[in-house]
Amino acid sequence: MGGPTTGLPEWRDGFTPQQTDLGRYLFFDPVLSRDGSVSCATCHHPDKGFADGRAVSVGIDGHTVTRSAPTLWNVGFLKTLFWDARSTTLEDQATGPLYSSHEMGNNPQQLLETLNAIPLYRKLFAEAFPGDDEIVLDEIYSALTAFQVSLVSLNSRYDQYAHGYHEALTEPEIEGMNIFRSFVARCAECHTPPLFTNGQIAVIGTPEPEGMAFDPGAQVPMNEPTQRGGFKIPTLRNIELTAPYMHSGRFETLRETVAFYTGGRGHAVPEGEELVLHWHIWEPNLTNDELDRLVDFMKTLTDDSFKPKTPERLPSGLALVHDNPPLARGHDDGEKTDE
Amino acid sequence: MNKLVAAVGAVVLLAGGYYLGNSNTPEPTVIKVPEAPKAAFSSGGADEVAAAGAANVAIRSLATPASGELIVVKDGESIQDAVKAASPGATIKVMPGTYKETVYVDKDNITLSGVIEDGQYPVMDGEGVLNDAVLYSGNGFTVENLYITRYKGNGVMGQAGNNFIIRNNFIIDTGVYGIFPQLGKNGLVSHNVISGIEDAAIYVGMSDNIDVVYNQVFESVAGIEIENSRSALVEANYVYNNTGGILAFITPGLPIKDCSDVIIRNNFVVGNNHENFAIPGSLVSNIPEGTGMLIMACDDVVVENNIITGNDSVGILFTDFSLATSAALDPDSEPNPNRPKILNNLMLDNGKNPTKLVQAFLATKLETEGQDIVDTVGMDDGCILEPTRYRTIGLEKYTECEFDSTSNVLTYMLPEPVAPRADDPNMDEGKLVYYGICAGCHAYSSRMIGPPTQIVQALYMDNPEGIAAFAANPMKKRDDYPEMPPQSHLDEETLLKAAEFMLKLKN
Repeated sequence: MGGPTTGLPEWRDGFTPQQTDLGRYLFFDPVLSRDGSVSCATCHHPDKGFADGRAVSVGIDGHTVTRSAPTLWNVGFLKTLFWDARSTTLEDQATGPLYSSHEMGNNPQQLLETLNAIPLYRKLFAEAFPGDDEIVLDEIYSALTAFQVSLVSLNSRYDQYAHGYHEALTEPEIEGMNIFRSFVARCAECHTPPLFTNGQIAVIGTPEPEGMAFDPGAQVPMNEPTQRGGFKIPTLRNIELTAPYMHSGRFETLRETVAFYTGGRGHAVPEGEELVLHWHIWEPNLTNDELDRLVDFMKTLTDDSFKPKTPERLPSGLALVHDNPPLARGHDDGEKTDE
Repeated sequence: MNKLVAAVGAVVLLAGGYYLGNSNTPEPTVIKVPEAPKAAFSSGGADEVAAAGAANVAIRSLATPASGELIVVKDGESIQDAVKAASPGATIKVMPGTYKETVYVDKDNITLSGVIEDGQYPVMDGEGVLNDAVLYSGNGFTVENLYITRYKGNGVMGQAGNNFIIRNNFIIDTGVYGIFPQLGKNGLVSHNVISGIEDAAIYVGMSDNIDVVYNQVFESVAGIEIENSRSALVEANYVYNNTGGILAFITPGLPIKDCSDVIIRNNFVVGNNHENFAIPGSLVSNIPEGTGMLIMACDDVVVENNIITGNDSVGILFTDFSLATSAALDPDSEPNPNRPKILNNLMLDNGKNPTKLVQAFLATKLETEGQDIVDTVGMDDGCILEPTRYRTIGLEKYTECEFDSTSNVLTYMLPEPVAPRADDPNMDEGKLVYYGICAGCHAYSSRMIGPPTQIVQALYMDNPEGIAAFAANPMKKRDDYPEMPPQSHLDEETLLKAAEFMLKLKN
């Protein structure tokens, strides 16, 4: 169904190795947070498909946010970021979690003061961005971007199949691929290869977890009532690694997730909500076997061979924190500033 | 004879009296005769075809490359087994019989050709259980002479294959779409007979340079739909008793945001009054029953020389997204049907019994009767020839078209096959193949499935040809590694480029 030779959009590129490597240190370094307790990798853990294995993420001070951490694999190909597509560049996106009081809790002034006070970072920034003595904010965002665009995953067993090595997939997986691209299931229409997302927003009407308020999604930044409940179509690359699923982490397993789509158009829309559901959401009446095969197929999209090395030591001297995720303390002040 | 003379005389007298009685008021009817020939039709699509040298090609033909390999499938055998056995360039002949399977073709230049004997077609029967009859992603794919029925999804569905031919098929009572090429460039959909489809019988999606010609489509929700596509020619089709006959759409929310350069000419668009049986929530569920043509948001659509009769709601409807009430709006898609162009068409008996939706619109214009042509937006950049031939609403701002024919465009297909969809603006081919294929088994300095690239570099040094030759036809060399799968599906040039990249690679 096309494979990497179809529709791969232009991506962010052109960073130097020094910038990428600096970005890698920053990504893992909790010094970026207000109190040194969380790093980018806390919510985007390399071993968890650059997600965090939680339904919704937990940030600084145990704040629980309202959306699930999206994977960063292939993020350099995306034209919009955040579940509600409110940002158009990785540089801009970075300011969200950095300065959100629920996530990393920092502010620009403190961030600059902290980093400028670390000689090793001064040196690394000078190598990455020559001609500038002081570390400035744009360089921080730029380095984080340089690191993130290196997270390319386009070499799964599916890709080998798409390039013509048909033995790369088993019969049940090929069966799953055919269901996936069939217009009964209609998966491939939004999860278009090779990125397995078409980069658009779709209103599909997945439920929030019990007790959580309805999330209006893209309606807010787009100021478009028909986009109520709309979220970006996530990539399925490395989807096996990023459970639980959907914007609110509502589904524990891929099997539950695909079952949602065959449950009937709008079956989980809360009463009183008038959503303009995407026209691909209907009632495909897939059999249990077909749902199993879809899951088989999605697991062929796993490729984290370019997973970066975690630094052994950080320029800040702080210890790595991402293997010790913060405890959820249920803080909820009603403010939404999260993924 | 006398009676006749008297009658004629009476008519002359009457006419004379009428003339004398009214000679002060009426302006004489002036029929304008064009003095100078109009300009030739031009469009982005026409320019591209002309620049490619289309004047010299046979009309609407495309030879998909064949290697000479021939595989025959007989009744009781599996078409898919034949596809698996086929090398790129193979022709697969399917003998008459019944085949109950989904056939997928992910190789280039495969021809899937039914053999018809004594009027018997090979029949693909999904028994109401199977999803799709034919799926393809390869370039240069041809499918012809099949009788496809009772699938749940598509008759023929393509994703991203360029240079395709889908012709001479019967696709009856089959699922969501009859023929659905998507994301392809340079294709031909011709001489197919399609009915009983709950969305579009022929649906060209997000594609370029496609001719849809000489098809018969009926009793489906949408007959022929051109969606988010550029340079499409819809010609000489017989389109009857669908809910909507011929559609040119932008569907909001898709990654390709535009639709332009669509020529719709020489079609019969007759009595498209079928009850709308689309899946609720689908875009086509909004099509008013009795719509001959529906142009929603698509730009530069030329409607020429069609016979459009007996469509109960409206002959041709130009509209913005106000019809697409089941789709979330997409700020990146421009909603207006810009620069509509209506040349000569034959229209009669349209709008006799409009649906409620169309009635409601007519009421806002203080009309009750349906029309030949309605523009709900009232575009000010449209043009029309001889507007008095039709009953119209909303065309007040249309001017006279500067051209009167698209005859200089024989086809929107390109004279030579386009390159397989290549896509990657950032990566050269060798790098793409290396990372896409080789790197699946070879890491630079550490052992994966195959030996490290560093070792390959040491062995081959300045000999990329050696790597390419080995990759095309590998043999087992190392006891402690599995045998490498042959990469002969890649052509020599591609293998060489990948090998050159492999030798240059550092770290």
